[in-house]
Amino acid sequence: MLNPDSVGRTFTGAEFVSVTQSQIEEFARVVGETDFSVAPPTFSIRITLAQSQELLSNPDVGLDWTRLVHGDQKFAIHRPIVAGDQLKCSSTIENYKVVAGNEIVTVRSDLHSGSELVVSTWSTLVVRA
Amino acid sequence: MVNVGGSRMIHVGDVVAERVFLINRELLKSYANASGDQNPIHQDEAFAKSVGLPDVIAHGMLTMALVAKFVTDWVGGSGAVKEFSARFVKPVIVPAGQEVDLTVSALISEVSDGRVRLDITATSAGVKVLGMSKALVEKK
Repeated sequence: MLNPDSVGRTFTGAEFVSVTQSQIEEFARVVGETDFSVAPPTFSIRITLAQSQELLSNPDVGLDWTRLVHGDQKFAIHRPIVAGDQLKCSSTIENYKVVAGNEIVTVRSDLHSGSELVVSTWSTLVVRA
Repeated sequence: MVNVGGSRMIHVGDVVAERVFLINRELLKSYANASGDQNPIHQDEAFAKSVGLPDVIAHGMLTMALVAKFVTDWVGGSGAVKEFSARFVKPVIVPAGQEVDLTVSALISEVSDGRVRLDITATSAGVKVLGMSKALVEKK
């Protein structure tokens, strides 16, 4: 079970994540996109999934990532990600509830380039009972 | 209304024509590599069945990535998407050696200040796979 004290806490990654042209091209090619000048709209999941898992695997949080199902996903894109971006991820547990024994957790992850907010994402994760 | 290139106007209630994407196991592997999501439920049939799934299922985020491609092709570029959301209501089931459909269409639900909101429908094998899927785009 999630530690209730985790709700509202923000965990910021120590390292910058560098976005390369080849990462953008690989992601774009999967969906048949041929314009590689900017990242496709959902590219940021490549960064936020791994980063938020790492941050929220903190034993203080108590989230069991092995039994997670992705419930929903939202992106607010302030500008497209481009090659050369150095992004820092911060993840916050925005909401938590238990419904019929299933834990439902909403994690917001913000990607910043310096002080500029580039993308915010919200993932609702369900830990099945 | 938004004026796009002179004569073509976008109105609330307009339909964005349906498009079919095909999904097979190779695409799941490509997406796993591109996204870093190597969860075996998207690649390993025995594992997927062991956790109670009917077969290998597509990444929900692959479904969203394909829907995003539908949106960006309509709007004219990856950079125009401001907001994008979906609920994963049913999995896209991908049996070995088969191509399954992801059928996407949209309805224009809001037009204001150069921004257009699309309400998106996505089905596979006739089953609705995304719920509450919406995109907000800049249409210049």
